[in-house]
Amino acid sequence: MKRFLCALLALLLIFAWTWATAILPIPERPDGWVTDRTGTLSKDQIAQLERKLAEFEKETTNQIVVVLLPSLEGGSLEDFSIRLAEKWKVGQKGKNNGVILLIFKKDRRIRIEVGYGLEGALPDALAGEIIRREIAPRFREGHYYEGIQRGLDAIMAATRGEYRASPRGKDSSSERFSAILFFFFFFFTIVTLSLIALRTQARKRHFYTGRPRGWYYYGGGFFGGGSSWGDSGGGFSGGGGDFGGGGASGDW
Amino acid sequence: MNRAFLILLPIGILILLIIGAIGIYNGLVSAQEEAKTAWAQVENQYQRRADLIPNLVETVKGYAQQERTVLEEVTRLRSQWGEARKSGDIQKTLEAASALDSALGRLMVVVERYPDLKSNQNFLKLQDQLEGTENRISVERRRYNEAVMAYNKKIRTFPGALLAGYFGFERMPLFEAEEKAKKAPTVKF
Repeated sequence: MKRFLCALLALLLIFAWTWATAILPIPERPDGWVTDRTGTLSKDQIAQLERKLAEFEKETTNQIVVVLLPSLEGGSLEDFSIRLAEKWKVGQKGKNNGVILLIFKKDRRIRIEVGYGLEGALPDALAGEIIRREIAPRFREGHYYEGIQRGLDAIMAATRGEYRASPRGKDSSSERFSAILFFFFFFFTIVTLSLIALRTQARKRHFYTGRPRGWYYYGGGFFGGGSSWGDSGGGFSGGGGDFGGGGASGDW
Repeated sequence: MNRAFLILLPIGILILLIIGAIGIYNGLVSAQEEAKTAWAQVENQYQRRADLIPNLVETVKGYAQQERTVLEEVTRLRSQWGEARKSGDIQKTLEAASALDSALGRLMVVVERYPDLKSNQNFLKLQDQLEGTENRISVERRRYNEAVMAYNKKIRTFPGALLAGYFGFERMPLFEAEEKAKKAPTVKF
């Protein structure tokens, strides 16, 4: 009973956790590099930025994404930013070379979120400088497109042809997978062998009933507590970049 | 029944039990490893912040010598954290880290009173780095908490709980100090 209560409590905590951290919902991953939910940029401007970012990605594989949103609604910029990064997985898998330029217009807040792989080329201090020197002054005058363009130029200059490998090696899942596969084979071989033995015995004695088939259904349940192995994010070209909270925030 | 059945049935059941136990055990081990990796990541970020502190203290000293108490406290808590970390006690390290958190928070509040310092390029860069590191710390803390919650849940719920006690899987502590640490600076001033 106590154990059951503990389990229930743990589950409740987890629900509370996910609920507490998901105040402002993260938009779905778009099909392009530029997302403008504020209607600030014209279609032409968006197309131009997209072309620029697409070319840059082709050249360097670095993926830079621009997101303009209306309001944080009281939430934390950094918290939103990292959740967006975790959901969209900007950047290539393994290279983790994604950058997100996030702008909240009503709050007048800017964040450059930098993927693990680019933290060396675009350190926090540089990201902060880009916001203060390139983006914020232009935003202050209402030149959003120009500010974004200048910011992107600076980010591109910093990250051109450079990426650092991920510091977190976290893929033991394939190993686990093969171990499970091996046990499955082992286990099915045993079951099959015993079934064959049973059947031949049964046939000899003329009372085969077909019952042994039921055996097949008993195995699965034992693996219930086991493990789930890697799901990798999809969509967009590439995708799968990891983030660790690198980058800088600023305002105008 | 027949002989083959009588021999194979217990062997089969035994094998199934062993395989099931292995699966559960491996699940526990990997959850524990994930939590440990997440913890190492938290420590890395704390180290990164600790490395920034001497530079920060020097820069602030140049502009605000009268704030010696805060600066000394930050330096003292930094070395205290270093010692706690060396001892390998997670709970102690957590406490030392959040004490350092609130001291740093106080320092950053004090700094607001020095406009010269606030416009110093070097200081702005340091501030970016410090903020970036704080952010990384909170990201890694959250990931650590998630990993630990998953692990703690595993060792306390049904299939895992059967084996957890026997193999000595113990609960790991969660970060709870976060909110307290954030509020601390406002209290003193």
